[in-house]
Amino acid sequence: MALKDLLGRFAGRKAESAPPPAPPEAAAQPPAPSAGEGVPATTAPEPAARPGFFGRLRAGLARSAARLGESLGALFAKRRLDEAALEDLEETLIAADLGLAASRRIVERFRRTRFGRDVTEAEIREALAEEIAAILAPVAKPLMPDPSRAPFTVLMVGVNGTGKTTTIGKLGAQWTAEGHRVAFAAGDTFRAAAVEQLQVWGSRTGCPVHAPQKPGADAAGLAYEALSRAKQDGTGILLIDTAGRLHNKTALMEELRKILRVLRRLDGTAPHAVVLTLDATTGQNAIQQVKVFREMVEVSGLIVTKLDGSAKGGVVVALAEEFGLPVHAVGVGERAEDLRPFDPREFARSLVGLEA
Amino acid sequence: MFEALGNRLTGIFDRLRRRGALSEADVSEALREVRVALLEADVALPVVKDLIAKVRERAVGAEVIRSVQPGQQVVKIVHDALTEALGGTTTRLDLNAPAPVAILMVGLQGSGKTTTTAKIALRLRTRERKKVLVASLDTRRPAAQQQLAVLAEQAGVASLPVVPGEDPLAIAARAMDVARRELYDVVLLDTAGRLAIDEELMAEVAAVKAATKPHQTLLVVDAMTGQDAVNTARAFHQRLTVSGIVMTRVDGDARGGAALSMRAVTGAPIVLLGAGEKLDALEEFHPDRIANRILGMGDIVSLVERAAETIDREEAEKLAAKLQKGGFDLEDYRKQLLQIGRMGSLQGMLGMLPGVGRIKQQLAEANLDTAILKRQAAIISSMTMAERRNPDIIKASRKRRIAAGSGTTVQEVNRLLKQFDEISAMMKRMNKLGQKGLMRGGLSALLPGLSNRRPF
Repeated sequence: MALKDLLGRFAGRKAESAPPPAPPEAAAQPPAPSAGEGVPATTAPEPAARPGFFGRLRAGLARSAARLGESLGALFAKRRLDEAALEDLEETLIAADLGLAASRRIVERFRRTRFGRDVTEAEIREALAEEIAAILAPVAKPLMPDPSRAPFTVLMVGVNGTGKTTTIGKLGAQWTAEGHRVAFAAGDTFRAAAVEQLQVWGSRTGCPVHAPQKPGADAAGLAYEALSRAKQDGTGILLIDTAGRLHNKTALMEELRKILRVLRRLDGTAPHAVVLTLDATTGQNAIQQVKVFREMVEVSGLIVTKLDGSAKGGVVVALAEEFGLPVHAVGVGERAEDLRPFDPREFARSLVGLEA
Repeated sequence: MFEALGNRLTGIFDRLRRRGALSEADVSEALREVRVALLEADVALPVVKDLIAKVRERAVGAEVIRSVQPGQQVVKIVHDALTEALGGTTTRLDLNAPAPVAILMVGLQGSGKTTTTAKIALRLRTRERKKVLVASLDTRRPAAQQQLAVLAEQAGVASLPVVPGEDPLAIAARAMDVARRELYDVVLLDTAGRLAIDEELMAEVAAVKAATKPHQTLLVVDAMTGQDAVNTARAFHQRLTVSGIVMTRVDGDARGGAALSMRAVTGAPIVLLGAGEKLDALEEFHPDRIANRILGMGDIVSLVERAAETIDREEAEKLAAKLQKGGFDLEDYRKQLLQIGRMGSLQGMLGMLPGVGRIKQQLAEANLDTAILKRQAAIISSMTMAERRNPDIIKASRKRRIAAGSGTTVQEVNRLLKQFDEISAMMKRMNKLGQKGLMRGGLSALLPGLSNRRPF
């Protein structure tokens, strides 16, 4: 759908599927650009739906400075923050995966402070971004290896396909570059070629890889061996990969607990971090994932992966409110340097469709 | 996957059904709750709005409010709208083209393309007797090509030998060439995961598509996907004209709203569901059955089909005869445990029974798992034949031996024996009821104390 509709809505007109002639109320606004490439015009039959005002504006703005310029006019048009506007706001947040509950809470806070005022689009989004950044600020804590605890042991857990192995490779590369002695343990003994995948990262980064003798070997045994070897050879950081698993598979979760138990036999304080990787495209199920993994294996922090896509990972806001678990880093690409510290402000601005 | 959403809606509809006359306000109230339930299930906002608008339009019509059972009527309207949104009828993977039929697998990183490729290969080989070649065009992720090669071997199909340094387009061309020369029926082309906004990679896969002219282009999507499902689907569809969707990880507890979103955006049917880590865990997608499951109406057809596939008929008949004579012993119990294990998770099966939604929730809390079945089978395996035929002889020292033999504890052995007693009692009750009584009363007649709610 074209940006025109929503600009029209902005001026208080009902949304229509077809681009309408510019109504008199909207005369002050510049001609609207068509939707951006990232989110092209819908092909759905009769989308009676009107994606939230900001949702569509954000889509239009995405990755396109030229378009940004064109819609500046819309940004500075004033609108009364009434019920309809708040509803649009809520929908923007829902569409960014914040979930219904978190979206409502945020909008409620907004209502109390600003209801009935005349505000511009830009002001609303700035304020919204601030509100979200404030929720996220307390959880932004980078993962710092503690040299006094060497080998500093990190257990990487998560659902299948969320990016555990890739994240381990990136962490290994970064920490090696910082001068740490890093080793990997290829604990994903289940998925075909997972060990080989980590071995490739090993040779890229120069980190030794503890690999199982044969596929399907006991992951806990491998972790135990890797840690005892690391203790002997003076490894500074040990990164342990695990097989991806759905959190509702009790037997597989028990397997993960076993890794924790055997590590503690060697070092009562290990693992020093249990990091859950979370795919940014994940919707509300992320809450369940974090809840179960946290209960079962004492997850100590999150890394949000694949944030370079069109998904914005809004569920992280709901997670921050509900669990307060640290968010260590975000993955924004396939190279080692694409694992970056989590910046609440940047993240929040991207959620509401503002350039960082 | 869809059960959680189902439970939510069941509650809403229960309340609706209890009312005699419905006002427009009642319907609006119920639809508001349906909207919330759908959004929490990750159905994309535009799709939710569309669905609700359709239901409202039909539901506030005069015939609903004046009908004898207005609540029932609204439930039916929602059911129909859901089925429609999910695609109406079942679509089978169409391979009706001159061989070699190319199938292109595309999707985001980590959505499960490679595993799904192997699953489809296995299915085509075993069920349709096709000669299948798989080829990995994933030159980006380390060891991805090797992963497919290993899985292909497990699936018993050929994989294109890997030539290091070859680019995806060249691999695809070589795969088609080999397939033509060696007379393969189907070629599955597994591509690297890519972001819909990555121009360069999207252009690459578009080039592969243009060169190989695949009969099917399947978009592989994680059932846990959130609101972004619409963007992903739209972007892939625009560049590649997706012909079908495969949903993976439906064995998780995500509510699977992405299925609705994807279908609405692309118009392409959902052809298959990935439901487990094993290569045979691939199911067909039946929109009406899924809609039934979402609404808590059960999915008897799937259950019967799954049972028919896994249960040994002869074995079952023998067991039935035994049951009638009342001679059900631990050995029979063990065989049953193994068969249930083969059928898949208990929870999954129960989800298909009508009216079990709530019992199922209690069971989920009790954490019922097929692992328990395996342990129980192990305990029985540690018994002598005499003990299995006549459990009454199992006293303390035998229990200790059995526990040691099966790597369990005496408590667990006790629990099994107690459970077996209960099952035997239930079997007797079942015999008394007879087949007719069972059909009439269903589960609740068997298990007194369970709620008496009937499926609508």
